[in-house]
Amino acid sequence: MGTKVKKMLFILSKATIENVYAAFVMANGARMEGIESEIFFTFFGLEAIQKKKLENLHVATVGNPAMHIPTMLGGLPGVEALATKMMKKEMEKLDMPPVGEFLEILSDSGCKLWGCKLAVDMFHLKEEDFIEELDGIITIGDFYSRADQDGTHLLFI
Amino acid sequence: MKKLIANREIDINEEGYLVDFKQWDREICECIAGECNVVMTEKHWEVVEYLQDKHHKEEPLSIRGIKKSGVINIKEFYNLFPGGPLKVSTKIAGIPKPKSCI
Repeated sequence: MGTKVKKMLFILSKATIENVYAAFVMANGARMEGIESEIFFTFFGLEAIQKKKLENLHVATVGNPAMHIPTMLGGLPGVEALATKMMKKEMEKLDMPPVGEFLEILSDSGCKLWGCKLAVDMFHLKEEDFIEELDGIITIGDFYSRADQDGTHLLFI
Repeated sequence: MKKLIANREIDINEEGYLVDFKQWDREICECIAGECNVVMTEKHWEVVEYLQDKHHKEEPLSIRGIKKSGVINIKEFYNLFPGGPLKVSTKIAGIPKPKSCI
Protein backbone atom coordinates (compact mmCIF):
# COMPACT_ATOMS: atom_id res chain seq x y z
CA MET A 1 0.00 0.00 0.00
CA GLY A 2 2.65 2.51 -1.10
CA THR A 3 0.11 5.21 -1.95
CA LYS A 4 -1.60 5.37 1.42
CA VAL A 5 -1.23 8.67 3.33
CA LYS A 6 0.50 8.03 6.66
CA LYS A 7 1.50 11.51 7.76
CA MET A 8 0.30 15.03 6.89
CA LEU A 9 2.55 18.03 7.49
CA PHE A 10 0.80 21.40 7.19
CA ILE A 11 2.48 24.79 6.86
CA LEU A 12 0.06 27.54 7.87
CA SER A 13 1.23 30.98 6.74
CA LYS A 14 -2.02 32.94 7.00
CA ALA A 15 -4.28 34.02 9.83
CA THR A 16 -7.62 34.54 8.14
CA ILE A 17 -10.28 32.35 9.70
CA GLU A 18 -10.93 30.38 6.54
CA ASN A 19 -7.28 29.40 6.20
CA VAL A 20 -6.77 28.61 9.86
CA TYR A 21 -9.86 26.39 9.97
CA ALA A 22 -8.86 24.68 6.72
CA ALA A 23 -5.58 23.66 8.34
CA PHE A 24 -7.22 22.66 11.64
CA VAL A 25 -10.03 20.63 10.08
CA MET A 26 -7.61 18.76 7.82
CA ALA A 27 -5.08 18.14 10.60
CA ASN A 28 -7.80 16.91 12.94
CA GLY A 29 -9.42 14.89 10.16
CA ALA A 30 -6.12 13.16 9.58
CA ARG A 31 -5.81 12.15 13.24
CA MET A 32 -9.40 10.88 13.20
CA GLU A 33 -8.46 8.60 10.30
CA GLY A 34 -5.41 7.26 12.07
CA ILE A 35 -3.03 9.44 10.05
CA GLU A 36 -0.28 11.38 11.83
CA SER A 37 -0.42 15.18 11.51
CA GLU A 38 1.65 18.22 12.41
CA ILE A 39 1.25 21.96 11.80
CA PHE A 40 4.09 24.46 11.30
CA PHE A 41 2.90 28.02 11.96
CA THR A 42 4.84 30.65 10.06
CA PHE A 43 4.48 34.35 9.24
CA PHE A 44 0.87 35.46 9.85
CA GLY A 45 -0.05 31.90 10.72
CA LEU A 46 1.63 32.62 14.07
CA GLU A 47 -1.40 34.73 15.05
CA ALA A 48 -3.38 31.50 15.41
CA ILE A 49 -1.16 30.31 18.29
CA GLN A 50 -0.69 33.61 20.15
CA LYS A 51 -2.74 33.67 23.32
CA LYS A 52 -3.81 37.29 22.91
CA LYS A 53 -4.71 37.06 19.23
CA LEU A 54 -6.13 33.66 18.48
CA GLU A 55 -9.73 34.42 19.35
CA ASN A 56 -9.70 37.60 17.27
CA LEU A 57 -8.98 36.23 13.82
CA HIS A 58 -11.02 37.62 10.95
CA VAL A 59 -12.38 36.51 7.62
CA ALA A 60 -10.95 38.55 4.70
CA THR A 61 -13.59 40.79 3.13
CA VAL A 62 -11.20 42.68 0.85
CA GLY A 63 -9.63 40.97 -2.14
CA ASN A 64 -11.88 37.98 -1.66
CA PRO A 65 -14.21 37.63 -4.67
CA ALA A 66 -16.09 34.78 -3.02
CA MET A 67 -17.54 37.24 -0.48
CA HIS A 68 -19.68 38.63 -3.33
CA ILE A 69 -19.58 42.18 -2.01
CA PRO A 70 -17.81 45.10 -3.72
CA THR A 71 -14.19 45.39 -2.59
CA MET A 72 -14.72 49.01 -1.51
CA LEU A 73 -17.60 47.98 0.73
CA GLY A 74 -15.46 45.24 2.24
CA GLY A 75 -12.96 47.87 3.31
CA LEU A 76 -15.44 49.98 5.26
CA PRO A 77 -15.00 50.04 9.04
CA GLY A 78 -16.87 47.23 10.75
CA VAL A 79 -17.61 45.16 7.65
CA GLU A 80 -14.86 42.65 8.35
CA ALA A 81 -15.99 42.33 11.97
CA LEU A 82 -19.60 41.80 10.91
CA ALA A 83 -18.71 39.16 8.30
CA THR A 84 -16.52 37.42 10.89
CA LYS A 85 -19.32 37.43 13.45
CA MET A 86 -21.72 35.91 10.94
CA MET A 87 -19.25 33.23 9.93
CA LYS A 88 -18.48 32.31 13.55
CA LYS A 89 -22.21 31.95 14.20
CA GLU A 90 -22.56 29.55 11.29
CA MET A 91 -19.55 27.56 12.47
CA GLU A 92 -20.96 27.30 15.97
CA LYS A 93 -24.16 25.82 14.49
CA LEU A 94 -22.03 23.05 12.97
CA ASP A 95 -20.40 22.48 16.36
CA MET A 96 -17.03 23.74 15.13
CA PRO A 97 -14.91 24.67 18.15
CA PRO A 98 -13.40 28.16 18.58
CA VAL A 99 -9.70 28.47 17.72
CA GLY A 100 -8.40 28.01 21.29
CA GLU A 101 -10.49 24.92 21.95
CA PHE A 102 -9.63 23.51 18.53
CA LEU A 103 -5.91 23.82 19.37
CA GLU A 104 -6.49 21.90 22.62
CA ILE A 105 -8.33 19.17 20.70
CA LEU A 106 -5.52 18.95 18.14
CA SER A 107 -2.84 18.75 20.82
CA ASP A 108 -4.77 16.11 22.81
CA SER A 109 -5.25 14.16 19.58
CA GLY A 110 -1.49 13.92 19.11
CA CYS A 111 -1.16 16.57 16.40
CA LYS A 112 2.19 18.33 16.89
CA LEU A 113 2.17 22.13 16.81
CA TRP A 114 5.33 24.01 15.85
CA GLY A 115 6.25 27.70 15.61
CA CYS A 116 8.61 28.87 12.84
CA LYS A 117 11.83 30.22 14.37
CA LEU A 118 12.54 32.72 11.61
CA ALA A 119 9.05 34.26 11.79
CA VAL A 120 9.09 34.28 15.61
CA ASP A 121 12.36 36.23 15.54
CA MET A 122 11.09 38.55 12.83
CA PHE A 123 7.96 39.50 14.77
CA HIS A 124 9.98 39.75 18.05
CA LEU A 125 7.76 37.18 19.76
CA LYS A 126 8.61 35.30 22.94
CA GLU A 127 7.72 31.83 24.14
CA GLU A 128 5.25 33.28 26.68
CA ASP A 129 3.25 34.84 23.83
CA PHE A 130 2.25 31.39 22.67
CA ILE A 131 -0.26 28.77 23.81
CA GLU A 132 0.93 26.11 26.22
CA GLU A 133 0.13 23.34 23.74
CA LEU A 134 2.94 24.50 21.42
CA ASP A 135 5.48 21.67 21.03
CA GLY A 136 8.36 23.98 20.21
CA ILE A 137 9.89 26.64 17.99
CA ILE A 138 11.86 25.05 15.17
CA THR A 139 13.44 25.84 11.80
CA ILE A 140 11.99 24.80 8.46
CA GLY A 141 14.86 22.31 8.22
CA ASP A 142 13.77 20.72 11.50
CA PHE A 143 10.24 20.56 10.13
CA TYR A 144 11.34 18.84 6.91
CA SER A 145 13.14 16.25 9.00
CA ARG A 146 9.73 15.37 10.49
CA ALA A 147 8.84 13.97 7.04
CA ASP A 148 10.59 10.80 8.10
CA GLN A 149 8.51 8.08 6.50
CA ASP A 150 6.96 6.94 3.22
CA GLY A 151 3.48 8.28 2.73
CA THR A 152 4.28 11.73 4.19
CA HIS A 153 2.68 14.72 2.48
CA LEU A 154 3.39 18.44 2.89
CA LEU A 155 0.72 21.05 2.37
CA PHE A 156 1.19 24.83 2.30
CA ILE A 157 -1.78 26.94 3.32
CA MET B 1 -23.89 -8.29 3.13
CA LYS B 2 -23.52 -11.00 5.73
CA LYS B 3 -20.50 -11.88 7.83
CA LEU B 4 -19.92 -14.69 10.29
CA ILE B 5 -19.15 -13.08 13.65
CA ALA B 6 -19.06 -15.20 16.82
CA ASN B 7 -20.59 -18.05 14.76
CA ARG B 8 -23.59 -15.97 13.83
CA GLU B 9 -24.62 -14.46 10.52
CA ILE B 10 -24.51 -10.70 11.03
CA ASP B 11 -25.59 -7.99 8.55
CA ILE B 12 -22.86 -5.47 7.89
CA ASN B 13 -22.16 -2.74 5.33
CA GLU B 14 -19.15 -2.63 2.98
CA GLU B 15 -17.02 -0.97 5.69
CA GLY B 16 -17.83 -3.62 8.27
CA TYR B 17 -20.31 -1.62 10.36
CA LEU B 18 -23.39 -3.36 11.73
CA VAL B 19 -26.55 -2.54 9.81
CA ASP B 20 -29.01 -3.70 12.46
CA PHE B 21 -28.20 -2.74 16.05
CA LYS B 22 -30.53 -5.49 17.34
CA GLN B 23 -27.89 -8.00 16.28
CA TRP B 24 -25.32 -6.38 18.58
CA ASP B 25 -24.39 -7.89 21.92
CA ARG B 26 -21.28 -8.14 24.08
CA GLU B 27 -20.03 -11.26 22.32
CA ILE B 28 -20.32 -9.67 18.86
CA CYS B 29 -18.73 -6.54 20.30
CA GLU B 30 -15.68 -8.42 21.58
CA CYS B 31 -15.20 -10.15 18.23
CA ILE B 32 -15.29 -6.87 16.28
CA ALA B 33 -12.97 -5.30 18.86
CA GLY B 34 -10.54 -8.18 18.36
CA GLU B 35 -10.51 -7.55 14.61
CA CYS B 36 -9.64 -3.90 15.37
CA ASN B 37 -6.83 -5.02 17.73
CA VAL B 38 -8.72 -3.72 20.75
CA VAL B 39 -9.05 -5.72 23.97
CA MET B 40 -12.14 -4.57 25.83
CA THR B 41 -11.65 -3.17 29.36
CA GLU B 42 -14.09 -1.53 31.76
CA LYS B 43 -13.23 1.86 30.25
CA HIS B 44 -13.89 0.58 26.72
CA TRP B 45 -17.35 -0.61 27.77
CA GLU B 46 -18.07 2.73 29.36
CA VAL B 47 -17.21 4.54 26.12
CA VAL B 48 -19.23 2.06 24.04
CA GLU B 49 -22.27 2.66 26.23
CA TYR B 50 -21.81 6.43 25.96
CA LEU B 51 -21.62 6.23 22.14
CA GLN B 52 -24.70 4.00 21.91
CA ASP B 53 -26.63 6.30 24.20
CA LYS B 54 -25.74 9.30 22.01
CA HIS B 55 -26.69 7.38 18.89
CA HIS B 56 -30.05 6.34 20.29
CA LYS B 57 -30.78 9.93 21.25
CA GLU B 58 -29.85 10.86 17.65
CA GLU B 59 -27.16 13.25 18.85
CA PRO B 60 -24.27 13.54 16.36
CA LEU B 61 -20.89 12.26 17.48
CA SER B 62 -17.75 14.38 17.21
CA ILE B 63 -14.36 14.64 18.83
CA ARG B 64 -15.53 17.88 20.47
CA GLY B 65 -18.40 15.93 21.99
CA ILE B 66 -15.93 13.41 23.42
CA LYS B 67 -13.99 16.26 25.05
CA LYS B 68 -17.19 17.43 26.75
CA SER B 69 -18.55 13.95 27.50
CA GLY B 70 -17.20 13.64 31.04
CA VAL B 71 -16.72 9.93 30.27
CA ILE B 72 -13.28 10.07 28.72
CA ASN B 73 -10.77 12.69 27.57
CA ILE B 74 -9.40 12.89 24.03
CA LYS B 75 -5.93 11.54 24.89
CA GLU B 76 -7.37 8.42 26.54
CA PHE B 77 -9.84 8.02 23.68
CA TYR B 78 -6.97 7.86 21.17
CA ASN B 79 -5.11 5.41 23.37
CA LEU B 80 -8.09 3.08 23.81
CA PHE B 81 -9.06 2.98 20.15
CA PRO B 82 -5.91 3.31 18.04
CA GLY B 83 -6.10 4.00 14.31
CA GLY B 84 -8.94 6.53 14.24
CA PRO B 85 -10.85 6.52 17.53
CA LEU B 86 -14.39 7.50 16.48
CA LYS B 87 -14.26 5.23 13.43
CA VAL B 88 -13.06 2.24 15.44
CA SER B 89 -15.19 2.78 18.55
CA THR B 90 -18.46 3.19 16.62
CA LYS B 91 -17.76 0.00 14.69
CA ILE B 92 -17.23 -1.84 17.98
CA ALA B 93 -20.36 -0.24 19.44
CA GLY B 94 -22.43 -1.53 16.52
CA ILE B 95 -23.58 1.93 15.42
CA PRO B 96 -23.00 3.79 12.10
CA LYS B 97 -19.73 5.53 11.31
CA PRO B 98 -20.09 9.26 12.13
CA LYS B 99 -20.45 11.51 9.10
CA SER B 100 -19.01 14.63 10.74
CA CYS B 101 -15.73 16.20 9.55
CA ILE B 102 -14.77 17.39 13.03
